[in-house]
Amino acid sequence: MQGTLSPARVAMPAARTAAEAVLNVRDLSVTFATEKGPLVAVREVSFDLRAGETLALVGESGSGKSVTSLAIMRLTPSAPRVKLGGSVQFTDGKGRTRDLLTLEADAMRGIRGNEISMIFQEPMTSLNPVHRIGDQIAEAITFHEKTGTRAALERAAQLLDQVGIPDARRRLSAYPHQLSGGMRQRVMIAMALACNPRVLIADEPTTALDVTVQAQILELLKELQSATGMAVIFVTHNLGVVAEVADRVMVMYAGAIVERGDVVPVMTRPLMPYTQGLLHSVPRLDPEALGREPLEAIPGNVPDPLRQPPGCAFAPRCRHVEPACEAAMPALEEADGGRQVRCRRWRAIDEAQR
Amino acid sequence: MTASLAQSSPAVKTGSRAWRRFCRHRLALFGIAAIVLLVLASVVGPSLIPFDSLKIDIRHRFAPPPFEGHLFGTDQLGRDLLVRLLMAGRISLSIGFAAMIVSTAFGTLIGVAAGYYGGAVRVALMRFVDAMLCFPQIFLLLVLAAFIQPNVVTLTLVIAASSWMEVARVVEGQVRSLRERDFILAAEMLGASGRYVMFRELLPNAIGPIIVAATLTVARAILLEAYVSFLGYGIQPPMASWGNMLNNAQQYLGSAPWLAIFPGLMITLAVSSFNFVGDGLRDALDARFDLN
Repeated sequence: MQGTLSPARVAMPAARTAAEAVLNVRDLSVTFATEKGPLVAVREVSFDLRAGETLALVGESGSGKSVTSLAIMRLTPSAPRVKLGGSVQFTDGKGRTRDLLTLEADAMRGIRGNEISMIFQEPMTSLNPVHRIGDQIAEAITFHEKTGTRAALERAAQLLDQVGIPDARRRLSAYPHQLSGGMRQRVMIAMALACNPRVLIADEPTTALDVTVQAQILELLKELQSATGMAVIFVTHNLGVVAEVADRVMVMYAGAIVERGDVVPVMTRPLMPYTQGLLHSVPRLDPEALGREPLEAIPGNVPDPLRQPPGCAFAPRCRHVEPACEAAMPALEEADGGRQVRCRRWRAIDEAQR
Repeated sequence: MTASLAQSSPAVKTGSRAWRRFCRHRLALFGIAAIVLLVLASVVGPSLIPFDSLKIDIRHRFAPPPFEGHLFGTDQLGRDLLVRLLMAGRISLSIGFAAMIVSTAFGTLIGVAAGYYGGAVRVALMRFVDAMLCFPQIFLLLVLAAFIQPNVVTLTLVIAASSWMEVARVVEGQVRSLRERDFILAAEMLGASGRYVMFRELLPNAIGPIIVAATLTVARAILLEAYVSFLGYGIQPPMASWGNMLNNAQQYLGSAPWLAIFPGLMITLAVSSFNFVGDGLRDALDARFDLN
């Protein structure tokens, strides 16, 4: 575990209350220009991310969670095809705060992989098939640091060791196709963490892996996070994983945040009907639930992003819908316990749950 | 995991698999052998033959092969035909290889830039490629050759200038599809520069089709050189090239047919060998052929 982690980062307290915000996202919007008109993939998303915490970004496919994370990295296709709105204030290790959305391309490149890193869903295709993994990790280091090839490879070996790849030094010369999915995801993690980033965006990092490997990778991420004090944005649709890793949850639907708060209240007493639906559609193994009713599903589909309903985007699928819901998009309201929910009926729904 | 590591390294593995596929391609093997032979003969041959390619011997004009050491006979000035064929081989093969290198490098550059940047850059570059392809190649060559002093260097450049478009198209298509792959996004996520992504991430993955196109370009360049020289705009006598030897042989087709037959055979051999190798490489580098 030594060598690549600077002492300052290791010593950083993981306590959330005292930790500074590393990322302040305000009114982030992503609009794609399509032939059929503008498609709003992310609408006015705001959140803060503090050092050492894990924020889960939850939602169905097409809810805008991956686009949100790509927009933070400014890795969405460039204008005029895609328009980014709002601001993403990032505070780096030296205390400088900059808006990532207006940063020049060069400066942004200095942040990617160095201050903010990302791991992807598909470890099978995220590594270049023609380069040895050692070289790929070493390159990730040399993008940001003036190090010789030998020193970079040395660091690569340490990183591989750190992410739990046995016989790391020998594996440096392996090609991606010689490794299993779990191993490749470990290599991706090593690459992403090569420069000790302050923020790691994990975009469904375990979805493509089998269950036992999933647990190992989650465990590894937790370990690395507590060692480095980095903040993690965990993008997933798997609520089991959320309960496992997250401090706070943000539920997205049709590009907007519909509910957010600390993980325990949101998971135990969801206020937004969509969150409730998501939780009910998780298969349970306790004896009470077994052999009873079939697994609940949320009826209907995510609305066509080109033809969003004027009111609440979830209204067409909602059990608690009333005429007012379909008239105008409800605002994100403060509920108890620092929670926020986008539903005009949350009080009644909460009442019914007690 | 350990089991897979115990095997040979993957580069060797995929390399040897491609090599096996290549070896199954009989014509390609023949092509390789013929090319090696041609190159060796052209390089060392002339110094082993006791005749000079420019030495005129009026007493032995039009000697039919084989004649007193002139294995392939002599031409209208009594020069040894074999040594001239080999000297011409030096010229024709060097032009072929050099034009291939120049046009592949240029075409690759254009193709990578067009495929990587996309949008307006792609439209501009690829429409330029289309425009270049609209000119009938041989007329383009003749027009260009009329304006410049024909020698090996200018001829190489002219041929390269008229044959880089194919490579550009191949590379552009490859890069455009590779660009959407996850590992490119991953490299950008890690802070890789555009140049790095183009030349270290994208290009090595497109190398197979580039090699195939390059091999076929050699064949075409040799053929083009022969055309142009045959029409008198290429390599100028007394320097020999297969094309101008053919041109020269025209007048004596009835009386001394060997003057035309041998250079013709050389061109056919060289061009078809490179084409066979190109075909073989195409099959070898395409893993789908593993199924049969």
